[in-house]
Amino acid sequence: MKKLINSPRAVVAESVEGFGRAHADLVTVHPEPLFITRKDSPVSGKVGLVSGGGSGHEPLHAGYVGRGMLDAAVPGAMFTSPTPDQILPATIAVDGGAGVLHIVKNYTGDVLNFETAAELAEEEGVTVRSVLVNDDVAVEDSLYTAGRRGVGGTVFVERLAGAAAERGDDLDAVAAVAQRVVDNVRSMGVALAACTVPHAGVPSFDLAEDEIEIGIGIHGEPGRHRIAMEDADGITARLLEPITADLALTAGDRVLLMVNGMGGTPASELYIVFRKTVELLEAQGVKVERSLVGNYITALEMQGASISVLRLDDELVELWDSPVHTAALRWGA
Amino acid sequence: MGLTGPYRSPALGGLAVTLSTEWAVAWLRGAAEVVAENRALLIDLDRAIGDADHGENLDRGFSAVVAKLDAGEDPATPGEVLKNAAMTLMSTVGGAAGPLYGTAFLRAAKALGDAVEVGPHEAAAMLEAARDGVVARGKAEVGDKTMIDAWTPAVESARTAAAAGASAGEVLSAAANAAHAGAVATEPLVARKGRASYLGERSANHRDPGAVSTAMILQAAAVAAGSVNL
Repeated sequence: MKKLINSPRAVVAESVEGFGRAHADLVTVHPEPLFITRKDSPVSGKVGLVSGGGSGHEPLHAGYVGRGMLDAAVPGAMFTSPTPDQILPATIAVDGGAGVLHIVKNYTGDVLNFETAAELAEEEGVTVRSVLVNDDVAVEDSLYTAGRRGVGGTVFVERLAGAAAERGDDLDAVAAVAQRVVDNVRSMGVALAACTVPHAGVPSFDLAEDEIEIGIGIHGEPGRHRIAMEDADGITARLLEPITADLALTAGDRVLLMVNGMGGTPASELYIVFRKTVELLEAQGVKVERSLVGNYITALEMQGASISVLRLDDELVELWDSPVHTAALRWGA
Repeated sequence: MGLTGPYRSPALGGLAVTLSTEWAVAWLRGAAEVVAENRALLIDLDRAIGDADHGENLDRGFSAVVAKLDAGEDPATPGEVLKNAAMTLMSTVGGAAGPLYGTAFLRAAKALGDAVEVGPHEAAAMLEAARDGVVARGKAEVGDKTMIDAWTPAVESARTAAAAGASAGEVLSAAANAAHAGAVATEPLVARKGRASYLGERSANHRDPGAVSTAMILQAAAVAAGSVNL
């Protein structure tokens, strides 16, 4: 294992410390228990948005703390849920009096820990709503029984709910926007090569030189099936087909498209995937109105990519275009 | 009606009529002890149908609870003792067991409120609140081969004992015995919740580690009621 680390145990703390230094204009890092808040939080009268999960998916979630997106991010250990003693103070810290929305990716550990923290926060007088992100269409045939996993769609939920909160929506309205995004986004990923968790020291799974895993999760969990390596256009079609089928996209639909790198894929390859995805969607009469291409939700250095498609409406486009200023996503501000 | 099983048998007798703050502290210290003594057993049970960390995680969590008790100021009520323990378990146990036991102790604390003395009906209500918290969080039902298979019989026996006029200590004793029997009865079950459910039929013929640890923790509650407030 070759990694730019000092010690496997110190990876999360040292990385977050560096993140805080690099983006001191945007965020405050609270070291013990560990969470990151927006510099100007709590924003009085604004609904607070808190998300979190295992580390290793950067820039998710800390990279999305800032105006027009999250108020707090709560990082757990590598690929491990944060605990309520972190989530609770983060929730309290960003409550500007309008309540707090928890954005939770659908993994058992994340769900249990966020639910518990929400219960504790309610006892402290903070009103909390939660939205579960479960956009991974690969999961039907996966080994896991806890339902679809939350993957790339999380970025859209954080951005669009964040925009709704920024324009002054109340907690129910922000939660409704978040749920609308969840209901209309689907994702699917592929791994070409595994990642190595620092404290494990060995790759999370084995893929032969000529093999790929279709439907991979963001922790290297198994997907739909393992197939022989194909060209980019072939793989892109395999990823997109279950998304368009599940969303029941039809001619005239407008979408937000993200082609996301898993951490170890060059941008040039992501654009090759993007090119084919747009071509396939346009052939169905679906219009790609907005897009993101890059590393937005990763699995350490995993080589691979995911496609996320969100069905848009006028309001969601307007929210998407509103100013956002975070470490990893910035426009109009 | 004594406990039989792979772990320490409690010495019951002189059971408390009501439960005090000292009882709550003794419960947690006793739970830490029984979990530490049976760490290897819980790991082995979890290795068979899970990921072999239940004993390690619970031992770490309850050790932290004891460390907090040693370091901190004396809490004023049983509820406060249990709430502090809940917070510590949540932050130190990890996995699913952390939030599940954390919620159980949290709801138990809430059920006790500010009471300084806990009577038999309150003790039963406390266990029921704890069980309901685990169900709310984990969504498991009786027969799913989880800790609920120990919690629910414990609650039912506690309710029955309280209705029959038992003391608070006897209520806990009845709960502990029923939890143990419930844990033993998970052996033939096929898991429908938790990590063991991925094994399907292969999860049968193993005792559920969560049900076993619940029985141990409730046993410690009963033992504590027998060893203080005599």
